[in-house]
Amino acid sequence: MEGLLDVLYGIPLIGLVFQLGAYMIDVVPNIAPIILGLAAPIALGALCGVMCERSGVVNIGIEGIMLAAAFTAFLAAGIASQAFPAERADLFGVTPGLLIGVAAAVIVAMLLSTLHAWLSITVRADQIISGTILNIAALGLTGYLNRLVISPNPRLGAGTFRSFDVPPGLVELPVVGWLFDMFLDQGPLAMSVIVLVIVMQIMLFRSRWGLRTRAVGEHPKAADTVGIDVIRLRYKNVIIGGIFAGLAGAYLTLEATSSFQNGMTSGRGFIALAAVIFGRWTPLGAFGAALLFTASDAFGGAIQLRPPRGDLAPLGEVLTAIPDQFFGALPYIVTIIVLAGVVRRSIPPAAVGRPYEKESTA
Amino acid sequence: MSDSDGRSTSPPDEPVMVGRLPGDAGPQASVPATRSRKRLAAIWALIALPVAAVLLGLVLGGVVIVISSGFASGSFDLGAPFAAFGALAEGAGLFGNVNGFVNTLVQAAPLALGGLAVGVGFKAGLFNIGAQGQFLMGALGSASVGAAVASQPTVLAITMSLLAGALAGAFWGFIPGLLKAVTGAHEVVTTIMLNFIAGTLVGYLVTGPLGAPGFSFARTGPIGNSALPILFGRNLHLGVLIALIAVPVVWWLLYRSTIGFEVRTVGANPSAARYAGMSPRRLIVMTLSFCGLLAGLAGAGQILGISGFMNASYGTSIGFDSIAVALLGRAHPVGIMLAALLFGAMRAGSGLMQIRAGIPVEIIDVIQALILLFLAADVIVRRILRLRVGGAGVDELQTVTRSYGEQSAP
Repeated sequence: MEGLLDVLYGIPLIGLVFQLGAYMIDVVPNIAPIILGLAAPIALGALCGVMCERSGVVNIGIEGIMLAAAFTAFLAAGIASQAFPAERADLFGVTPGLLIGVAAAVIVAMLLSTLHAWLSITVRADQIISGTILNIAALGLTGYLNRLVISPNPRLGAGTFRSFDVPPGLVELPVVGWLFDMFLDQGPLAMSVIVLVIVMQIMLFRSRWGLRTRAVGEHPKAADTVGIDVIRLRYKNVIIGGIFAGLAGAYLTLEATSSFQNGMTSGRGFIALAAVIFGRWTPLGAFGAALLFTASDAFGGAIQLRPPRGDLAPLGEVLTAIPDQFFGALPYIVTIIVLAGVVRRSIPPAAVGRPYEKESTA
Repeated sequence: MSDSDGRSTSPPDEPVMVGRLPGDAGPQASVPATRSRKRLAAIWALIALPVAAVLLGLVLGGVVIVISSGFASGSFDLGAPFAAFGALAEGAGLFGNVNGFVNTLVQAAPLALGGLAVGVGFKAGLFNIGAQGQFLMGALGSASVGAAVASQPTVLAITMSLLAGALAGAFWGFIPGLLKAVTGAHEVVTTIMLNFIAGTLVGYLVTGPLGAPGFSFARTGPIGNSALPILFGRNLHLGVLIALIAVPVVWWLLYRSTIGFEVRTVGANPSAARYAGMSPRRLIVMTLSFCGLLAGLAGAGQILGISGFMNASYGTSIGFDSIAVALLGRAHPVGIMLAALLFGAMRAGSGLMQIRAGIPVEIIDVIQALILLFLAADVIVRRILRLRVGGAGVDELQTVTRSYGEQSAP
């Protein structure tokens, strides 16, 4: 086996490709679970974005909704776990407190989404301004309440969900073992992302609701003509979208970390927006974009730690010479390039951002 | 706002107005009175909503304080808001405290420039969310050039570092402008992305190429002679004067110059502008570059006038705050200046409020958000106050989001 590989690596030029493949096989399985973990909140936020924008409502307030949900999840779970102390369940280490935290986060996120829906659908205020207000309000309110409620109680907290114990047999499977590791060595919220993405993809493109949603986002007047209640459907979708942003927030304080910091979403809501655009307004595409974005970040770290060796050393030198920050900024750069149509143009739903006004029948 | 300057032409409905006014001696005496009254009415129509939103924001902010006092101490303290706002006003220098008032002006200066950077964009139908990034690039540009020319003569050093900040900001506004003009990429998305790119770029450049050796943390070098002179009091630096001058300059550019007329026409109706022979593409690039220049100047003022250097993780909330200022000021330079003074005063006074009344400074952000909420949801304000004035809070800005779905070159 070793001999065969050496022969393959020795082929001029093509050998380099094999070596690159071997390097990837070496590195990717190690960082794969981290990639999915990092991608989870972005993918959930992007699902919220897809839901809103597909039905014609711009939502740049995802960042704020996520932050408010993260705060609520932490606070509610902390209080609830003091009120109902309980043993951790075997599966995911679930406690009633953690579940209450998730529920509270989702409720708050839905409330904020309702506010955004009301402002942008009924009041017909500018949707980007409405989203900006959500961001400012969430940053201010959570910062204020953090100082007032959480900081004086350092013992507040409910811990985190535990990762699923993947049966060792699955992980050790050749070739695909690392995929099981990536998708199963996760907490419940990160794991739910995959299910939600697939369900949403099918719903959006194969169900009656999906067809109606897309119609309302592309041509609300036509949708109205065939009897679809545009206003109602938009409300419904924006509020349901809030559930995803709520889960993303809960993930940050109950699964990824066990604390709350001011502004801890640190732009994830905006990367989610980028993922929506890069994924061409589809759930699967947005999920792929989120994975790609976080992979570039994780790869940046992995390359610094273990640069490629052997014949690939020059490549390693080039890659390690690229500053860390570049990989962090890559999602944003790529989004601008895609939006500008330099590589592969991404076109939004036609009616996104336009409040719908029913023509008066009088 | 100031369109009733023609003195010889009298509006046809003037006699009717005269008839409506009680206590007028006669047509001869009433004409000037009517005109000033109409003018007042026009101004009132413009400011009623923002003023109402600010008042409602403060009232609701007071309610938040009362509720949180209940959570903190177990009993709801109805006097808490008065104690808090009293301390806030005192800290902001409203009761004659010179240092507090100077502090208000210093805090208001970057907000005014940032607000103008967003507001000018609004006038052209553009939503510049990129003030944050443009501010950061301006700060970085002035800090690095300021350090490089630190030992040059003062006037030269200050001019060069201010110019560097303004140009760096303008460049960061030029990028989304060019992208929009050439490819149609919507400025809301590109400016958000550029904000983050600016943040990471600052981190990289300050830890790397532009960093100064010999400090315990990554930062740019000392600015020496590039530091802005203190004009008055403890910290009223030249940047405040620049912000103060920028307000009439931008007003003149927008309302009295040909280019301003073109910009406003493109903002109001791009097709009409095109038929009239104007070039929306050129105007978009120019406007966003100019917005970037203003935000860059704000960044330069903060570095050269206050901190003296730039560190790798320079934190600022100027991006969101500028949007708030521009919206509250209804995108008018004078309104923006007043809004910046209001928010600047709140920031200047928040420290004393926290010490004396025990209210976290973050309440300022809450009040700011509440004010914006009332501005956007102007229907609530109208209903509560039974306002009958025309013009919705953010009506004129609706073209911004409406164009979000058509990402094609203008």
